[in-house]
This record gives sequence, structure tokens and C-alpha cells, in this order.
Amino acid sequence: MERNPLRRQLQIMRKSLFDQGYLDEQFVQLEELQDDSNPNFVEEVVTLYYRDSARLILNIEQALERKPYNFHKLDAYMHQFKGSSSSIGAKKVKAESTLFREYCKSGNGEGCMRCFQQLKKEYATLRKKLEAYFQVARQAGPMETACRPK
Amino acid sequence: MTVERIVSETKDQFPIGMRVLAVDDDPTCLLLLETLLRRCQYHVTTTSQAITALKMLRENKNKFDLVISDVHMPDMDGFKLLELVGLEMDLPVIMLSANGDTKLVMKGITHGACDYLLKPVRIEELKNIWQHVVRRKKFDRKVRNNSDSQDKPHADSGEAAGIGKADNSAKINKKRKDQNEDEDEDLDENGQDNDDPSAQKKPRVVWSVELHRKFVAAVNQLGIEKAVPKKILELMNVEKLTRENVASHLQKFRLYLKRISCVANQQANMAAAVGTADSSYLRMGSLNGLGNFHALAGTDQLHNAAFRSFPPSRVLGRLNTPAGLGIRGLPSPGTIQLGHVQNSGHSSNDQSKLQSFIPGNHNTNILQGMPMSLDLDQLQNNKGVSHIGELPTANRTAVFPVSGSLIDSRIAGFSNNPLLGVTSNSLMLEGSSQQANLHASNLRDGVSAAGFQNGNTLSNFASIDPVSSQLRDSKADLQGQAAPINCNAGPMIRSVPQEWSAPRKDAPYQSHLMSSSVNSSIPVNGAMVQLDQCLDRNNSIFHRTMDSDSIGPLNFVDPLSIKHSEGLNSAAMEPPVIEKEGYLMYQLRPHGNHIPDNIGSLEDLASAMMKQDQDKGKPTAGNFRHNSYSHRTCI
Repeated sequence: MERNPLRRQLQIMRKSLFDQGYLDEQFVQLEELQDDSNPNFVEEVVTLYYRDSARLILNIEQALERKPYNFHKLDAYMHQFKGSSSSIGAKKVKAESTLFREYCKSGNGEGCMRCFQQLKKEYATLRKKLEAYFQVARQAGPMETACRPK
Repeated sequence: MTVERIVSETKDQFPIGMRVLAVDDDPTCLLLLETLLRRCQYHVTTTSQAITALKMLRENKNKFDLVISDVHMPDMDGFKLLELVGLEMDLPVIMLSANGDTKLVMKGITHGACDYLLKPVRIEELKNIWQHVVRRKKFDRKVRNNSDSQDKPHADSGEAAGIGKADNSAKINKKRKDQNEDEDEDLDENGQDNDDPSAQKKPRVVWSVELHRKFVAAVNQLGIEKAVPKKILELMNVEKLTRENVASHLQKFRLYLKRISCVANQQANMAAAVGTADSSYLRMGSLNGLGNFHALAGTDQLHNAAFRSFPPSRVLGRLNTPAGLGIRGLPSPGTIQLGHVQNSGHSSNDQSKLQSFIPGNHNTNILQGMPMSLDLDQLQNNKGVSHIGELPTANRTAVFPVSGSLIDSRIAGFSNNPLLGVTSNSLMLEGSSQQANLHASNLRDGVSAAGFQNGNTLSNFASIDPVSSQLRDSKADLQGQAAPINCNAGPMIRSVPQEWSAPRKDAPYQSHLMSSSVNSSIPVNGAMVQLDQCLDRNNSIFHRTMDSDSIGPLNFVDPLSIKHSEGLNSAAMEPPVIEKEGYLMYQLRPHGNHIPDNIGSLEDLASAMMKQDQDKGKPTAGNFRHNSYSHRTCI
């Protein structure tokens, strides 16, 4: 257990993210790639993700404004988005993406719309949590090697 | 953290320092991939654009050991890139995707991927990717260790060289083998030496245009069905060329043929009625295939084919061989004779040696100038076909795009092969726009083959490969393929109708439609497609060499062919080929028996063609004629 209070706090935050299903195993992979030569790797990737995926979110939003829905296009965007999200271990976001694609495949516009709203919520929530997490991480200094969530 | 070793040290430390090229348009995934690879101690280069990746690979073929690419990319389909890389550089390619559909994975395999990984990628999976590099090399070594007289593949599930048998596994094997084709530079007739082969790679045989021409000639002579590496090797009579080299080259060729035959089927329908009475009508069927390429472009198939630089010439060469091109019903006379085939004494096609070779520096010269010219002659008049100008070997650059198409068409006409060719062509067309551009301009210039060299040729080649393997397939396959292709072609061709102006202009058709390399070459395809439709009536196969202008994507059209056309012009090639836009329109002479409307299978087409052949060039009415083709002498 961490003696340092900041680190302890960090550990708690981290565990909670996993326990609540916001993050999955992939995030651990990211952490494992972080080391002395690459000390901020996780944060870098997550930042990049949010920056790049914002564009996709916008595309999807715009596509959803055009009726009738172009499901093929929506699905394509979402496929991309899902790929990115899964790369950082964004579990809930990824689940919503999958659901969205299902709706696309079945041509359920209403479902797509609802699902997308939910997805955006999850996406925003995760972002806030991760931002807080990284803030503490920066203050706490380099952590020990990542430990897997229970 | 990551230790990035210098290349020169790789030999000792492999797999550490293995040079990987990672391609993914998603920056998050790319960063992750890069970091993972570095963690595995590989030497990583990344790019988010497939086109850039190709450029890097072409700049220096020995710069990388392995390529990892995403499937969905905006500038180029991952599968296309896969094919191109496999054909041109013969490097192992691993596909990456968030989508793990069996169909997609299968597609990856058929296009030659040596592995298919799902995102998010895990480091454990990446830790083992070096095996693909080693496997190729080892396989090659193993192959070479076998006695030359042994024509049987080395058995193994996929390792077997499947010489003489093209099958899916062979494709992969071929790739592996090809990769290990380390022949000395002597074979590099282009004078391109493989520079600094890394410890893992030995110098490859570079299939120069000349070499490829010989190869195709040999294959034609033997007949695609009977072409075994040993015999081919004997016929080619090239020093320092081993059976293994030939075997792997053959595999690629087969794949290409297979690919184009799919397209060709469609095209076959389009077989333009060759105006020329010459019996040696071009089995444009294959050309049509080209058109189909575009059409195919729409389909996945095309995708792949398109970017392959279709080695139409190659295919054609094969087709021509009366000896037995796998293509059935290819009536020999004058039928497309690939440049070299001509030598075999086909009718008047002597001259037409379309050598569309793929300029590719590296083993791309696969496509030998397509005998397109041959076809043309036939098309044009009875005369022996003014060959489209022999593509000067020197111009390698001009790669065959035409040939590819020719082949395709031919194949379409008569055999499954054409389709393959066609397909590949289409692929080529689809292929990177880069290529297309190159081709187009090259064609015009008549030799900007340089552009081709780079990759276009390869792409052509690439397409040929699939075709070739396909050729081997039973007709049944083709038929099946033909069907779908036709569908695609349909729409495509329409778009290009105007190109099909009355064929037979004097201009030697040079531009092969094959510009499969053209990415956007849809226009060509379109034209070709049309042929498809016309095919019913005319059996004319249009071989269009796309002019860069006209066909954007077609660039691929064999610059060589174009060159020839120009050259031919002076050579008095009768241009049965429609001058338009460099479309070489080969028309199958419609004879009494028109190709049935439902020419679904190559067989039909082939037989139709045969009949037509006899007719000697009655121009088929039909849309084909409209040729808007101008055969362009690209180059």
C-alpha cells in the first residue's frame, strides 16, 4: 500500500475507475508501456484520444442531423470511434459504440440517437474522471508498476 | 526505453531491431501501436497515410522488414495496400482492425496478409510478429535447398510452394517464398541492385521487364495449366535464375491472373469485337475485364485488384500462348500475344509485343509488354496486329498496365484468366491514386515509366498474382466470379461509353486499360464495363489503355504500351485500337457466334471468341465500338 498520501489517493481513484467499469484491461496495457523513458505515456494517449475523437463525435452528430440517416456512414464513423476508444480501454464508451453499431445495422434511427446521447455522456464522464486522475498523478510523481484491477 | 538498434546490428539481434512500418489513420491507435512495437524493441516507422507508406516502401525496398496496417483508412483500402506491398515489395504484411468479422479476416488472408490482429492490439501478439519475417526467409531457404528437379511443392500447409498449383495457401506461400527470393542482382536486369540486404533478407531476384517477358513467354508456351517452374526455367534459360525464383514468380502471376480473370469475366462479355479481321483478335475479353476493374472498383475485389498493378501484360502473355494458356478457347492465332509470345510464332502478332512491363524496379517487371499490340493488330485489321509498339524494355517504367488489361480481356474472353487479369486491373485502377497518376502521365510521355517503376509495376504485378492463381481455378470459379463482376462492370462501363468510340483507329492501342493502377481509374473501368455490356453483342473486347487524361486512375496503363503505341504508330501499327484516350480497344472479332449475352463464364466467352476469331474481324456492332478509346500511347 502506498505510504505517500497522493499516491494512495491515486490508487484509490484508479481502482474506482476499474471497479465502476469505466476502464478495462487495455488501460493497464497503456500503463505498462509507461516507464522512465516515456513517463507520461498514458496521459499522452488519452489526450490524443480525446482530441481526435472529438472530430468523430462531431461527424456523427452532424450525420444524425441529416434525415434520413445514412446508417452506413454512421456505422463507419462509429467503427472508427470504437477502435480508438478500445485502444485506451474506455470500457463504457466502447460498449455504447457497439450498441450504436447494432442499431445502425438494424436501421434503428431512434435507437441510434438515444444510444448516441448516452455515449456522449459516458464519454464526457470518463474524460472528467481521467483528467482528475492525471492531475493527481502528476502531483504524485511516478508510480510503481501498474497493478491489475481485481 | 526502447532500444532502437541500428539496422546494421539487426542481423545479430533479430528480432530486436526488426524494422516495422506501421500504418493507421487513427492517431490514438497509431501512437499505441508505435509504443507497443518499441517496447518489443523493434525499429518503428509510422505514418497515418497509406500512400505515404507506399512511397516509403518504394523508396527503398530493403528499408523495412514488416508492415502493419489498419484495414480501414481513408486514402486507401488496407487490403489494397496489402496487395501492393505483397506484390511489389514482397514483405509480410499484418492487418489490423477493430473488426474481427470472419469475412474480413478471410479477405485479409486472400489478399496475402500473413496475420490479422484485432484492435486493441496487445503486446503479446506483437512480440511474435517477427516470426513472419523469419518464416519467409526460412521458407525460401528451404525451397532453395530442394533440388531443382523437384517440382513438387514442399508440402506443408501453407509452406508448400504449391508450384504449379495455385491455391490460396499457395498464395501465402508464394508470398513467403517470394520474400525470400534472394537471387543475386544479376537477375536484376534493370540494374537495380538490392541494396544492403539486411541479414534477414537476401537480395531478391528482380524481375525486370525482360525477365518477365521471358517468363510470360515461357508460360505461354507451356500453357498456363502446364507451366511448372522447372520447365519455365528451362525455357527461359536465364543464368542464375533458380527454380524457386520462378516458382514464386509464377505464384504471383497466377494470383494476378486469377484476379484479373474475375474482372475479365465481366469484361469478357464486353469483348469488343475486334474490328480487324485478323483472327488474332484480342481477346479483349480480358480487357473488358479491365473496364470491369473500375466497375469492380466498387467491390472489394476491385479494390484489391485495382491497386495491383495489374500485370496485364503478363497475363496476356499467358493468354496468348496458344500453347495453352490456361485460358480455354483461346484461339491462338493472333490472339493476344504477349510480346514474347509472339515469338512463338503466332500469327501476325509478331510485332505486337506489347511489352507492358511493369516498370517496377523490383520484380515487377512482371508484366511484359503485353502483347496487346498483338491484339491490336488483330483488332485493327487482319494484319498481324500491329503490335502496340513494343514497349521498350528499356522503358520499364511503362509498365504494363496495358498488358494487364489485355490479359484481362483476353482472359475474359477465353478463359478464366482474363477475369483475373481484369480484376487485377481494376484493382490497379483502384490502386493508389499515385499509381494511377503515374501511369497516366507516364503513358503520355511514353515513358514516364519511372513512375511506374515504382510501384506501379508492382501493382500490376500484384494484380497479376491474384490472377494467376485464379487462373488456376476451375472455370467454375470464374464463372462464379464472372457473374459478380459483370454486375459491377455494368454500371461502370456505362460511365465510359464515350470512350468507346469506334475502335480501330490507327493508333496502336497502347494504353492498356490496365491501368489498373489507377485508383480512380474508374473511368477506365467504366469503359471497360461497357464492354461488358456490349459483349453480348460483340464480343469485342476493348482493350483500353487509359490515357491518363481520360482515365485518371488508369494511369497504370502501361506506359510501355503507350509508348508502343506511339512507336507503333510509326510502325504502322494498325490501330485497331481506338485512339481515344489511349484506350486500346481490342475487339474480338465477332463472328457469327456472338458471345452470348449471358456470357457468364469465360468459357462462353472463350468459345465465342474462338468463333469470332474465325470470322475475322467483323466488327461487332455494339457499343464497343464506340470507342472512345483512343488508345493512348501513354508513355
